[in-house]
Amino acid sequence: MALKIEKDALTGVESTGHSWDGIQELNNPLPTWWLFIWGVCILVALVQFVLYPSFPGLRTYWHGTTNYSSRVDAIKAVDEIQASHAQYVTKIAAMPITEIPKNKELYDYALLSGKVTFANNCQPCHGVAGSGRPGFPVLASDAWLWGGTLDALQQTITYGIRSGHPQARDSQMPRFGADGILTPAQINTVAEYVEFLEGKPRKGADLVAAKQLFMDNCSACHSPEGNGNRDVGAPRYHDRVFLYGPDYDSVVRQVTNPRMGVMPAWTYRLDTPTIKSVALYVHSLGGGE
Amino acid sequence: MGRTDRGDTEMASSAATAMLDDGSVVNKVFYNEAIVRKFVIAAIVWSIIAFGLGTYLGSELAYPQLNIAPYFNFGRLRPAHPTAAVFGFGGNVLFATSFYIVQRTSRARLFGGRAWADFVFWAYQLQVANMCVSYLLGFSKSQEYAEGEWHLDLWLAVIWLSYMTIFIGTLTRRKEPHIYVANWFFIAYMSMILILHVGRNLCIPISPFRAKSYSLFPGVQDAMIQWWYGHNVVGFFLTAGFLGIMYYFIPKAAGRPVYSYRLSIVHFWSLVFLYVWVGAHHLHFTALPDWTQTLGMAFSIMLWMPSWGGMINGIMTLSGAWDKLRSDPGLRFSVTAVAFYGMSTFEGPLMAVRDVNALSHYTDWTVGHVHSGALGWVMLVSFGALYYLIPALWRKPGMYSTKLMEWHYWLAMTGITLYIFAMWVAGITQGLMWRAYDAHGFLQYSFVESVAAMHPYYVARALGGLFIITGALMMAYNSYRTITTPNESALWAGRRFAGALAAGE
Repeated sequence: MALKIEKDALTGVESTGHSWDGIQELNNPLPTWWLFIWGVCILVALVQFVLYPSFPGLRTYWHGTTNYSSRVDAIKAVDEIQASHAQYVTKIAAMPITEIPKNKELYDYALLSGKVTFANNCQPCHGVAGSGRPGFPVLASDAWLWGGTLDALQQTITYGIRSGHPQARDSQMPRFGADGILTPAQINTVAEYVEFLEGKPRKGADLVAAKQLFMDNCSACHSPEGNGNRDVGAPRYHDRVFLYGPDYDSVVRQVTNPRMGVMPAWTYRLDTPTIKSVALYVHSLGGGE
Repeated sequence: MGRTDRGDTEMASSAATAMLDDGSVVNKVFYNEAIVRKFVIAAIVWSIIAFGLGTYLGSELAYPQLNIAPYFNFGRLRPAHPTAAVFGFGGNVLFATSFYIVQRTSRARLFGGRAWADFVFWAYQLQVANMCVSYLLGFSKSQEYAEGEWHLDLWLAVIWLSYMTIFIGTLTRRKEPHIYVANWFFIAYMSMILILHVGRNLCIPISPFRAKSYSLFPGVQDAMIQWWYGHNVVGFFLTAGFLGIMYYFIPKAAGRPVYSYRLSIVHFWSLVFLYVWVGAHHLHFTALPDWTQTLGMAFSIMLWMPSWGGMINGIMTLSGAWDKLRSDPGLRFSVTAVAFYGMSTFEGPLMAVRDVNALSHYTDWTVGHVHSGALGWVMLVSFGALYYLIPALWRKPGMYSTKLMEWHYWLAMTGITLYIFAMWVAGITQGLMWRAYDAHGFLQYSFVESVAAMHPYYVARALGGLFIITGALMMAYNSYRTITTPNESALWAGRRFAGALAAGE
């Protein structure tokens, strides 16, 4: 089939003579600027091939004239940072935690280290700057379940709570309702007494019977006055800081079938100086003892 | 859907009188347009599903309360979105246009008969629906854009081979001496997708009766296979395939010859040769060997101009017909698409450079880049083609409402702009927050702080999605009215019907 080469009336450029469903093609040359930039790109690529590891061989690969390695670079960068931290880290590791705040330079370093470690590890549960969430204690107040001294904090962070680690903080609240230790009516009565201890007694509550039930079942851990007991992580009612809610219904639910929080043992993930730094940071949030 | 208007088999196939170059009229060809119509309608349906899913997912990121467990959690819903968008919307547009173009530029009826083409249609719709539903039910291979389990992969391979046979069979029947450039791109796209699909999905099922399998490739090799696949789905499905669309509908709508045949040849071969190397740029600073990363980066840089070859050919074809942008919103969609194509094929090589990637990697900049390609290029060029095809296929003088097309255009533009700008700002903010250090070398921000900082941009992105789906709904309505408004309607008064057009051109 003969090609019919035509001149485009508008541009004066010849067509290739093909026509598909009415579509023709002009025979314009490749744009010079396009060829030029492409040439530069290819040149840049060739330079990359020479400078950097590029093509593979049978046993090894072309390492490039710069001998570049992203892995070596990364290891070097981490090593440099760690070397610059070594002076602080070795001192923090060797020193009892209570001594660290006395050394300003060391303390400032530990707070920075603790802050970023806290943000990337603890914040998902405990909230920004330890603001807490339902089920996850506030760390910025002086209401502590297991103690707010530096040593207590270090121990809690290192071994966790009900984490399975042999040295973890551990305790169990009986399932008073679920296991039939108390009847639902008795639990309601106990809850009324807890309300009384919280400082907002319910009108018409039978506090005499309620107190008896509380003494028989709860006071061993929570103390007769409701002051709690840090050895077993039992909360103080007067604090007005509640893990699972302050209201009557929440208390009934908790006594019936208690929820008990779990915190990981961070010793598996963080080294001792870092844990000390986190403890110092948490201690500094406002509630440290 | 005015079934009675276009009714029987004879009507469903159009008759075109072919004119040879010397002007003589030869053999009448009955094109199979019924199949193209089906794919066009499916494309519109899937576009609404895809944009709806995208908008909802974008809203989930801005407002996590919208995660409804278990079926509509982000993790399950997210793979359904690219599947509906790429394979549902994009795939149906490609099937429709490739079947339309190959018949007309070859002057040959579709190979294999109506039943085979219909099988491909229904099997493919079932496939995409199956994929989406299986992700919501929790089945997934966890390979991006290839989440479907092994039994779905096998089914897709059968469909794809049928599709290729029909397409290439039609080409071999062609009555034109040469193969048109659009068809080169279609051949490249469908053969490469076959290789990619088979290569990526090589896996070992745990049992012939269980929808669970493990990839044949371990560790970093699997990552490399994944991005060889992932990037070339973009390169061949969403780029080569849609360049084929551009090469037909822009010269057709503009009524101008393609700018440069030589440029077509050079950019076609360089594009298909270079694209397959670049996947490694998704794996900078990973366990992938450095030499592979360098190859991915350098080939991406070399790919820039071959990509722009397509843009030049698209834009320059308009010289002498720029005025049509004012009167033809459909053409405006196509040309804007080409501009976005140029923008995102510059952005891609830029992000592939190791030092830029150090900032952009894992951030929303990547998400924005993908969508400047997916929305700016693929979606707009598809709408341009659909607005051309709908009147042509249903023999109408034009779309029901040009005003709605204008609205659609500006809604789509607003949506895309919101999306891309929000993600640029979000991505660069994330990148900078993640690499900010204090005097001691401690990270300045925690990860969750960078998440919280994203909220306003995520809201803007979701809003962009809302604009886009609103425009698409307008198109669906406009298309419905175009198809169902009878030829005698006063709406078409004084306008030329496409029936006459088909015989003349």
